[in-house]
Amino acid sequence: MAILIDENTKVVVQGLTGKEGQFHALRNRAYGTKVVAGTRPGKGGEQVEGIPIFDTVSQAVEATGANTSLIFVPPPFAADAILEAAAAGVDVIVAITEGIPAQDEAKVFNYLKETAPDTVLIGPNCPGLISPGKSNVGIMPHEITKPGNIGVVSRSGTLTYQAVHELTLRGLGQTTCIGIGGDPVPGTNFIDVLSRFQDDPETEGIVMIGEIGGDAEERAAEFIAEHVTKPVVAYIAGVTAPPGKKMGHAGAIISGSKGTAAAKMEALRAAGATVLDDPTQIGEAMERLLAER
Amino acid sequence: MDLLEYQGKSLFARIGVPVPDGRVAATPEEARDAAAELGGTVVVKAQVQVGGRGKAGGIKLAANPEEAYARAEEILGMNIKGHVVKKLWIEKASNIKAEYYASFTLDRSAKKHLGMISAKGGMDIEQVAAEEPEAVVKVHIDPVIGLPNWQATEMVYRAKLDPEAARGAIKLLKKLYQAFVEFDCDLVEVNPLILTEEGDVVALDSKVALDENGFFRHPDFPNFAMEHDIPPVERMAKDRGLNFIKLDGDVGIIGNGAGLVMSTLDVVSLVGGKAANFLDVGGGAGADTITNALEILMQDPQVKTVLINIFGGITRGDLVAQGIVEAFRRLDLPWPIVVRLDGTNAEEGRRILGEVQSEKLIPAATMREAAEKAVRLAEVS
Repeated sequence: MAILIDENTKVVVQGLTGKEGQFHALRNRAYGTKVVAGTRPGKGGEQVEGIPIFDTVSQAVEATGANTSLIFVPPPFAADAILEAAAAGVDVIVAITEGIPAQDEAKVFNYLKETAPDTVLIGPNCPGLISPGKSNVGIMPHEITKPGNIGVVSRSGTLTYQAVHELTLRGLGQTTCIGIGGDPVPGTNFIDVLSRFQDDPETEGIVMIGEIGGDAEERAAEFIAEHVTKPVVAYIAGVTAPPGKKMGHAGAIISGSKGTAAAKMEALRAAGATVLDDPTQIGEAMERLLAER
Repeated sequence: MDLLEYQGKSLFARIGVPVPDGRVAATPEEARDAAAELGGTVVVKAQVQVGGRGKAGGIKLAANPEEAYARAEEILGMNIKGHVVKKLWIEKASNIKAEYYASFTLDRSAKKHLGMISAKGGMDIEQVAAEEPEAVVKVHIDPVIGLPNWQATEMVYRAKLDPEAARGAIKLLKKLYQAFVEFDCDLVEVNPLILTEEGDVVALDSKVALDENGFFRHPDFPNFAMEHDIPPVERMAKDRGLNFIKLDGDVGIIGNGAGLVMSTLDVVSLVGGKAANFLDVGGGAGADTITNALEILMQDPQVKTVLINIFGGITRGDLVAQGIVEAFRRLDLPWPIVVRLDGTNAEEGRRILGEVQSEKLIPAATMREAAEKAVRLAEVS
């Protein structure tokens, strides 16, 4: 079993008519993902390579039964697009868009929690998720994935790929790989995903990739200590990042000792996770842990 | 983007947060003229993007224009924690009766806005919070609703400000929160927030951090950066849309995605080297982006080798490779470049790179191998 998306996932792409939206939607469809609709106000009735376009998400959902939305619209309109998808009643919203103002993200997060608490928002500013062999809802390169029994969750896009790549090289396939995004207010956090992986009977091991800034990793460590019985391999990026510097992700800021890589690694280690200082050893470490079980 | 005090105060004034009248000055003459215009005693304040100006001697009183000239002469050019003072804020002196603290920011754990207020302002608030946590009142605000009147009122009364400050402080908090939201700030902080002898509540300082993702709503905000003292290379990178931070090693780093680049710095350090920089070309980088990034690294004489680490997702390996090929053709690259390409269209990318006939282009199969090769090359060159 995969988590959040599988072979029954039907995707509506918001922003399908844009360059990036089209490139990735078609790639996902070629992979086998059921991409059933796209939206673009004013272009309803048209189509992109056989995918019907609707003016609104609710029309797309009514006509096609789409249950998942994939968002590529530019930052000024992205918060609105998320709210539209939630109002249309999809189960999972995946927001790829990078550069959404933090004020918008905070409003959207709290509004969703208040009005659509069962809707899962992945991102924004994330690579999306893939359940190998079943469905790819995002921009992850599926070539590096392989169906299997490891769950991957990461705050960083490209590091997710790195982790998945290392697993696949060792023959360790994945149930689902999720990039939750590095923005200050992610819709889904480590704990949400860890708890799904723990409950998923097919997931045998979990890889968790964090980075400096915030306290999401420390909180995940508390959750792991109490609730996770499956082996966890963890890696934190930013050990050598100078304090006080903002390295790209709005999320990756260190202030004081809180949020440093060392503090996060220590918390995860104390929670029983296998913490690595080299991401290229993720596959090897997981292989060893599974063999020991 | 962190604003200078006077820039933050200009935003405060725009929205109606009370601030003392003042002028910007870059020379002693301008400081003297500003003092004459403002009249009476003024405060001459160094404008630098770092805290602790007062203790460093960067804030001084001047009773008249001639004194303002003299104080300006002393403060301009002063080095405060590595920041050279090039600008001053000349401000009408206030009659301070009490000093408080107030701020609004995002609490990432609670995912709500966090308002903080204290009757103990004017000093290091982190120290106050550590020694007397009850002296700093913290309130979570629902971003959907905003700061309601009752919550602003509760902040002020729970913090036990002087009774005569209450009305003005409630009003100011509401305006400050409005500035925080409407200007897309990561932080607005006032320390000290003062009660004057005349009974007014005024923001005597400003610390404002803007969220650059919000700039599409504020087309004039990028101009603030033109008044900042940014090293030329960082400005060049910024102009080209690249995320660049100078570090002190000799292995130049280019990668896509903040996480992967940070991780690359870590692996370089793990195999015994030191990164010269952090450079994230972001998602969806094209050929131009890569050439631009290499040009930025050419500005740094400390760089001895360059490691390009790309894991394609939205970024395509073939485009990255074209950028590298283009750079080899157009630029006189002074150092060897180790390239590691994986992910979307990486095979096509490696094929394109294979056409470059140069011993300065060194392919690597893995991140670890790339780091080892780059570090070894830096050692021998």
